[in-house]
Amino acid sequence: MRTEPDYLRAGRGIRSWLLTRDHKRIALMFLVAVTLALTLGGAFAMILRTKLLYSGPWLIEPLTYNRLFTLHGVVMVFMFMIPAIPAVFGNFALPMMLGAKDLAFPRINLASFYVYLAGAALALWGMIHGGADTGWTFYAPYSTTTPTDVAPVALGVFVLGVSSIMTGLNFIATTHMLRRRGLRWHDMPIFVWAIYATSIIQVIATPVLGLAVGLVAIDHALHMGIFDPALGGDPVLFEHLFWFYSHPAVYIMILPAMGVIAEVVPTFAKKHPFSYKALAYSSLGIAFVGFLTWGHHLFVAGISQFDAAIFGVMSMFVAIFSAIKVFTWIGTLYRGSITFNTPMLYFFAFVYLFAFGGMTGIAVATTSLDVHWHDTYFVIAHFHFIMIGGTLTAFLAALHYWFPKMFGRMYPERWGLVSAALVFAGFNLTFVPQFLLGNAGMPRRYYAYPDRFHVLNVMSTLGAYLLGAALILTLVYLLASLRWGKPAPANPWGSRGFEWRSPSPPPAHNFVVPFDPAHGCYAYDRPPPDEAPAVET
Amino acid sequence: MTAAVETAAGPLPVQYDSLERQHATARLGMWVFLGSESLLFAGLLALYAAYRFVYPAEFHAASAHANLVIGTANTYILLTSSLTVALAIHATRRGHRRRTVALLVATIALGLAFDVLKVIEYAGHLREGLAPGDYYAFADLPARGVVLYVTLYYLLTGLHALHVTGGVGALIWLAVRAQRGAFTPHSHVALELGGLYWHLVDLVWIFLWPLLYLIR
Repeated sequence: MRTEPDYLRAGRGIRSWLLTRDHKRIALMFLVAVTLALTLGGAFAMILRTKLLYSGPWLIEPLTYNRLFTLHGVVMVFMFMIPAIPAVFGNFALPMMLGAKDLAFPRINLASFYVYLAGAALALWGMIHGGADTGWTFYAPYSTTTPTDVAPVALGVFVLGVSSIMTGLNFIATTHMLRRRGLRWHDMPIFVWAIYATSIIQVIATPVLGLAVGLVAIDHALHMGIFDPALGGDPVLFEHLFWFYSHPAVYIMILPAMGVIAEVVPTFAKKHPFSYKALAYSSLGIAFVGFLTWGHHLFVAGISQFDAAIFGVMSMFVAIFSAIKVFTWIGTLYRGSITFNTPMLYFFAFVYLFAFGGMTGIAVATTSLDVHWHDTYFVIAHFHFIMIGGTLTAFLAALHYWFPKMFGRMYPERWGLVSAALVFAGFNLTFVPQFLLGNAGMPRRYYAYPDRFHVLNVMSTLGAYLLGAALILTLVYLLASLRWGKPAPANPWGSRGFEWRSPSPPPAHNFVVPFDPAHGCYAYDRPPPDEAPAVET
Repeated sequence: MTAAVETAAGPLPVQYDSLERQHATARLGMWVFLGSESLLFAGLLALYAAYRFVYPAEFHAASAHANLVIGTANTYILLTSSLTVALAIHATRRGHRRRTVALLVATIALGLAFDVLKVIEYAGHLREGLAPGDYYAFADLPARGVVLYVTLYYLLTGLHALHVTGGVGALIWLAVRAQRGAFTPHSHVALELGGLYWHLVDLVWIFLWPLLYLIR
């Protein structure tokens, strides 16, 4: 057998990266981009939390404050959270998990990266130029009348949506058409199911968001008045269109995270998932029900009691599917042979935070309770528990889990465990006080607050600093281990997953020898298949 | 690595084991894209439905000022163009290159005719003051409710016209490739995809025509 160089060394020079069709290289470019977005969005959050150390006017002007929370939301949701796991780890792992040499449409994949950059550039330019102060939700009629520069930011979000559709389309086609011969649907890793369900949401829901923010941009620039009550329009229709996407978008953020967790748990518990089908189909269940819940954002916007009741009940169905997943993961641990590596520690953080965030989600889906909590810090804390507690911890779990495969180096386990613990502590210190603040009546997005909220706000800010420091620590040791990390074996975790049967890092076309799907990706009751042969380095 | 498989359209990409597989994948991708496109229009149509429900009389009155002659002519033009593009694909399957090119050129001409008529129609409306939003200045009808019809008319037909224009661009590219002999009776998936897209453009108009022109 002829040895070939791994994908990182398969071509040299900047052109071989910028014009690559290799899904693994595109995944790495996305990793750099979303990490920058996370850093940027995190920096804005730090400024906001620093301002909130004191109620009075200091540090930044109120208008700057409004622009910063808008920027924080737009960057974190559209530039980090939505592409984070699909475009990075989906891109890297999905073709390998299917035994494909690449995605179905490699050029569309590369284009999706540049479309992402263009959208991000447009939105950020708008932010620097005039800066939208609408919040990431762009609610009309404020968004169509504010003097700040809404149009470029909204158009940037539109363009980012196009990138998201391209990614989803590619994954759907790849999953259907490029599975290795003999790999049936029920042989696929759970992560593929999760990414597939996510992709369906991306291609169906994203165009409606594109339309909604596109209309806001046109309306703001040309005064079309489509949501303007003065011309007979209805601002609530914007909310419907916006949340028709943006609620399913929550599942674009959390489903891939659940997919990551579903890979991490069997690997580190050395056990077949408690129920493969429950994990696979509950992803599709969430994707489906997720389309019918958007109205729970509008409980106080004047929708009928009947509508509100339906949307409330539909929202609770999501919790059933989510609970199936959580119990299945816990069931997988039972009598497993558990090792506490960093990804596993992140799994425990994930389960705790996601369950907490999910349960408070049930609480706010209850119409009578939501009236009390609507637009308060309670809601902020709830969705940060899901978004950071869920997606960010799963992102970090995935980063540590696949780091040896992606870069051929091991990260320092001790530092990984320490920073995972710090992330968890910092997160709780940031957001638990926000539940209390919201329940006591502090509204979201306010520049000032009464004195009785001071202590909780200071706690929250200190927690944010701890969280930020833990993330910087993670970045530092991961970057350091790119150079000084121990060389990674093909399968450092003893996983049965298909992608681990290739060398670390994999060759340009993913596998030296095609894997045998008959040896299942969760077959922990059998000895592992042969180690992948090393490649020339 | 095994040697790349050569096909009429260059080497087969490594991830595919056969040309048929690649073509089937391309078609699936196009269908998914068309589904996504439908949702883009569906959002606007939902707005239309909501506002028409609130302002039925105003929508009725406003649509009486739509240009039924041009709208109907454009319907026939687009339907015919869908036929010509389907015939072009049929001609390719039979191996008639010149006929393929001629039919594609006919499709392009019909698409451009649609655009030209649309511009004439817009110009007529704007002269009357039937403009969207704040620019509405049509003396015969009060703004409230009616202006929403007018705005939606421009948004729906404008978005559709953008798709027509994009489709014409794609058809020009396909016609050039057809002229160069890139399509064979067994390998012409790009042409099929162009045809599918063009049918979507046609289909959207089939919804817009009754909703905007025929409701009076």
